[in-house]
Amino acid sequence: MTGKMAIVGDGDSIMVFQAAGVSAFAAENEKKARDILRKIAKDYEVIFLTEELARPLADFLKRFDEAPYPVVLPIPSGRGSDGLGEELVRGAAERALGIDIFFNNGPREASEETHQ
Amino acid sequence: MARLNVNPTRMELKKLKARLATAVRGHKLLKDKSDEMIRRFTVMARENLALRREVEGELVRVLGQFQVARSVTPAYRAEAAFALPAAAVNAECSVTSVMGLDVPKIELSQSGGAGLPYAYFEITSEADYSVSMAAALLPKLVRLAEVEKAVRMLADEIERNKRRVNALEYVMIPQLEETIAYIREKLSENERAALVRIMKVKGKQQ
Repeated sequence: MTGKMAIVGDGDSIMVFQAAGVSAFAAENEKKARDILRKIAKDYEVIFLTEELARPLADFLKRFDEAPYPVVLPIPSGRGSDGLGEELVRGAAERALGIDIFFNNGPREASEETHQ
Repeated sequence: MARLNVNPTRMELKKLKARLATAVRGHKLLKDKSDEMIRRFTVMARENLALRREVEGELVRVLGQFQVARSVTPAYRAEAAFALPAAAVNAECSVTSVMGLDVPKIELSQSGGAGLPYAYFEITSEADYSVSMAAALLPKLVRLAEVEKAVRMLADEIERNKRRVNALEYVMIPQLEETIAYIREKLSENERAALVRIMKVKGKQQ
């Protein structure tokens, strides 16, 4: 099937993706973002969400992990990355394997705490 | 470990033995599945992290570039310029199976020219760069979405599978073994009792 792509973020930075063929939805706060996500989750297969909005909605976003679609991907906004995406990957690895396999692997040592 | 509440009969013993054999086989299969899933997961998670670092770096550059374009253009003109998409991007969405788990597979195909949605005089040249950069980044972004979703789903599945393996290993199998041992004991006890009874009766007759 042919899927559609959407980007949800705060006003400015998402406009550029509209030009690249991705539908853009502006959401100035997390509540608005949640409403938008609910509405578009059925119609869009790939949804990019800026980190500022994705962070408070982490619990809400978990429900999208059950089925293959829609794919909700947190992306950094214009203000730079705050490491949420990396945290999520590390979190998934820790959940699955019990350890952080990226512990000494990379420039950023975000999760310095040891897991006993 | 509590043993199951069953009658100590040969019928039950036979049934329980069959169940134990199934449980042991299932445990082995699930354990193998878990090992293979973990192996694939580590590969995918590493790819995911590398890809994410790359994409995030580029994305911040694109958005920074766009911010520059925005800052030298009045808001209404920028909005008008970007309102229409230049290239229709088709994402062919399907599912592929990783260890029996349906994960998304997305293929991008660009249709329409990779031109700009506005005329050159409308807006500053900074915007041109950011649009073409965004368009160029899109395949990577979609690939990241695909991999990351697969990683997250696989992590959940591994967790669930681990739970199943543990339930079999630490609850089901010990329970069955204990119940089987109990029934065996009970049966041989009965046998001995019967034997003694017969010997006694025999002794009284003489």
